[in-house]
Amino acid sequence: MTQYPIETSPIFGRLTLNAIPYYDPIIMGTLAVAMTGGLILLYLIHKNRLWGTLWNDWFTSIDHKKIGIMYMVLGLVMMMRGFADAIMMRAQQAMAFNGNEGFLPPHHYDQIFTAHGVIMIFFVAMPLITGLMNYLIPLQIGARDVAFPFLNNFSFWMTAMGAALIMASLFVGEFAMTGWLAYPPLSGALQSPYVGVDYYIWALQIAGVGTLLSGVNLIVTVIKMRAPGMTMMKMPIFTWTSLCANVLIVAAFPVLTAVLGMLTMDRYLGTNFFTNDLGGNSMMYVNLIWIWGHPEVYILILPLFGVFSEVVSTFSRKRLFGYSSMVYATVVITILSYLVWLHHFFTMGSGASVNAFFGITTMIISIPTGAKIFNWLFTMYKGKISFELPMMWTIAFMITFVIGGMTGVLLAVPPADFVLHNSLFLIAHFHNVIIGGVLFGLFAAINFWAPKAIGVKLDEFWGKVSFWFWVVGFYFAFMPLYVLGLMGVTRRMSQFEDPSLQIWFQIAALGAAMIAVGIAAMLMQFYVTFRDRAKLRDTTGDPWGGRTLEWATSSPPADYNFAFTPVVYDTDAWADMKKNGYKRPTDGFVDIHMPKNTAAGVVIASISAVIGFALVWHIWWLAAGGSVALVVAVIAHTFNYKRDFYIKANVVAETEAARTKLEQAHV
Amino acid sequence: MLGIMLKPLKRSLLLVPLLLLAGCNTIVMNPKGDIASQQADLIVLSTVLMLIIIVPVIFLTCFFAWKYRQANTQAEYDPEWDHSTKLELVIWGAPLLIIIVLGLVTWVSTHKLDPYRPLDRINASTPLPADHEPLVVQVVSLDWKWLFIYPEQGIATVNELVTPVNVPVRFKITSSTVMNSFYIPALAGQIYSMAGMETTLNAVINEKGSWEGFSANYSGAGFSHMRFKYNGVSQEEFDNWVARNKSYGKELDRAAYLELEKPTSKHPVERFATVENDLFHAIVNRCVVEGTVCMDTQMMADSMRNRTDLSADELAFLIEEAMCRIPTDDALPLITSSKKNGYDSVSN
Repeated sequence: MTQYPIETSPIFGRLTLNAIPYYDPIIMGTLAVAMTGGLILLYLIHKNRLWGTLWNDWFTSIDHKKIGIMYMVLGLVMMMRGFADAIMMRAQQAMAFNGNEGFLPPHHYDQIFTAHGVIMIFFVAMPLITGLMNYLIPLQIGARDVAFPFLNNFSFWMTAMGAALIMASLFVGEFAMTGWLAYPPLSGALQSPYVGVDYYIWALQIAGVGTLLSGVNLIVTVIKMRAPGMTMMKMPIFTWTSLCANVLIVAAFPVLTAVLGMLTMDRYLGTNFFTNDLGGNSMMYVNLIWIWGHPEVYILILPLFGVFSEVVSTFSRKRLFGYSSMVYATVVITILSYLVWLHHFFTMGSGASVNAFFGITTMIISIPTGAKIFNWLFTMYKGKISFELPMMWTIAFMITFVIGGMTGVLLAVPPADFVLHNSLFLIAHFHNVIIGGVLFGLFAAINFWAPKAIGVKLDEFWGKVSFWFWVVGFYFAFMPLYVLGLMGVTRRMSQFEDPSLQIWFQIAALGAAMIAVGIAAMLMQFYVTFRDRAKLRDTTGDPWGGRTLEWATSSPPADYNFAFTPVVYDTDAWADMKKNGYKRPTDGFVDIHMPKNTAAGVVIASISAVIGFALVWHIWWLAAGGSVALVVAVIAHTFNYKRDFYIKANVVAETEAARTKLEQAHV
Repeated sequence: MLGIMLKPLKRSLLLVPLLLLAGCNTIVMNPKGDIASQQADLIVLSTVLMLIIIVPVIFLTCFFAWKYRQANTQAEYDPEWDHSTKLELVIWGAPLLIIIVLGLVTWVSTHKLDPYRPLDRINASTPLPADHEPLVVQVVSLDWKWLFIYPEQGIATVNELVTPVNVPVRFKITSSTVMNSFYIPALAGQIYSMAGMETTLNAVINEKGSWEGFSANYSGAGFSHMRFKYNGVSQEEFDNWVARNKSYGKELDRAAYLELEKPTSKHPVERFATVENDLFHAIVNRCVVEGTVCMDTQMMADSMRNRTDLSADELAFLIEEAMCRIPTDDALPLITSSKKNGYDSVSN
């Protein structure tokens, strides 16, 4: 283990010039590229005079649609970082054989696999699903915004600041070398004395505030703000699955906060919750973190189950098969997801009855999940399926996900888990469900709702290139890991001795390279879409023949979403309205009451990030000063009474008239 | 419906040999110990059970996607069809049935293959008497190497484990600092090693040979090389090996252990002729350093403080006695009773 001379100065805490890893060419290269890219970006913003737009229309915006898009951008940017980590790991494992130590020493490799996990879960998957829910829920339930619009902006900035802190750890100091869940005693002060784990803790705590508040916000939004006529059992299925995901967030994230809080006390104050000595017990940490961690995977997948339901029914041009069975399945999964956490550590030595209990509860989850898969299948049955990009991703999901589900149930059998636990089989399994489920779902969603969000259909050719490279690349990258797991290869190794394993790692690396092409094609898709935006414009607001209320608005929707709040009679409200010859109102508009933008979210979250950085580096005066500033900023915000405004009726009339004109011009 | 269900069933039967084929090159599917063999069989059984659902689903996905494609104007189109009670029954019932079967298999096999459970057989055809005495090996994961103590033989090794073929072995496992996982794929499933705690693994090797053992839980910088050779040998070879070990003459006392405990990577094989009495107990109870109080002693003292049937003086005396670990006649019953729920009970 690297030994650090850890000294604390009163002014800079532990921060010294040596904290910058100037000796590591990979990190310095990244820093150079990031700084050049950043400077070019700043220059472009400056040259095009976008500062005002960026600040007034985006950063301080409390419009759920803009916040949703900002979440998506954050998630996609962080995906580049997370994937860069992934491809470095694949390259290292493909070459580190026969005494070749590869290009990553353990000190660097161990940070990379930790960062990869943390970033992909907390700063890619979470922002992407939160962004999706933020964007869609109010539109799907016929509301003008979320219940607490300011809180929404604040939540976003807390998440973004958590991501910023993680990114800072790349260039200043180091990141945790503990694995993504930072089990003590390895993550304790004795074994990890430097700042890596502290970065982990404070990044997650800051982002966690955002996630929790956004969960509360969206629950209240769904419960209180549905359009008249939309009973719970008439809600779009995506809203349902999102509601359940947010219930899970609100119930699970406080556990993460608490367990990280205890770890913080162990590290900073010398308490002994999870230490080896003086009555500490690390098994408590493992239990607590998985009591959060298991619901977390359902937080990630449930909204995407909703996405697949919407996509399947839209592109099969048919009602969703078994709506109520779908809802019950979702609720059952929500409840059961709290009863399975122990399956992550059967090998910790629980008794056979405890292990068997948790194994069986885990298997039971596969029943409602299986029911969902069948429901999608029978939605396709007697349908008229068009294979646009979202539907292609959905089919790829259905095939890929059942394989991942099968290996998951296999791992739930405790004696089987004893031989597969922590192996590359496990890695293959959860990438199989997270990439095959969450990521494929997000790509389906991005392709499906992009025309709604930005008013432009995404380019199809590059979308298909991306699809095929991603899907084929996924199989090349992860099927070899199943085999390696059965060969007894464990996770998180940076060097290998058995040369017969190498070929499998090389195939996996090839798969990762194909995924890299898939990602590049996706970026190309975005670029081509931007270039051809005039041609790809969606003038109808309903490019796919959608079924739910978001398609009743223009693309992109006006600030107020709906000029008049819609009245709902059926589950597929918009399909029902279309069927009954709905005509969009063109006059009789009234003033619309809207929330007003505020900079408070950016300010408070930025102060939080400064406090986090100060705590990581033990710069106590800055942490204390920051905390005072934080309290002052929060109190000052409560005195801001200019929180709302009206969109005048004539402005609404103009907006709606413009839409009418656009529609007529293209019919 | 039946026709649709039968076709994939045939396909699933075709998949079985494929699975077995994959098993030929893979140690997890093709192990040499009875416990690991049963675990491998369970993997095959569970997989086949699940394929009964998985194969039709994958098949139907492709089939429906193809049949109900937009271009196929022959296919029936019914945009309002969204419910069928019969189908719902199948949808929920079929997975339920599979899970009931798999659940039963899980319950039984989890108990039968519980690593704490003493073995009842050497292999499928050789049962063991209930009162057999297994060979005990104490395993300590250090940063980043493995220490094996043979209490009956009085020897210890680092990064080399040897057990006789067809002799049941009981591993008592702990860790010096961080969590590791003790795993020999050829022998049996893994179990965590944790500091201040003791876990147990019962296993037996059925074939002579040399295999890999390693830590299966990431434990820091030297983790990749935290591997050891595991040899299954005949009883005679084992006895010779023990004798040879004794002839090397190195001693594993507390001082030597504390030296060994310091983090090292790629540690070479080491052999110790003698092991200080009670070393493993001291490691588990975190009192190898002279003068530190053992965890079990501390716990016992703590539990006695709550006793109301003793006067303050008696209590002070007993605690004093206990901390010095001198079992007097008075304190003895207390020690035995608290040991029962003290360090020895990590298992539950």
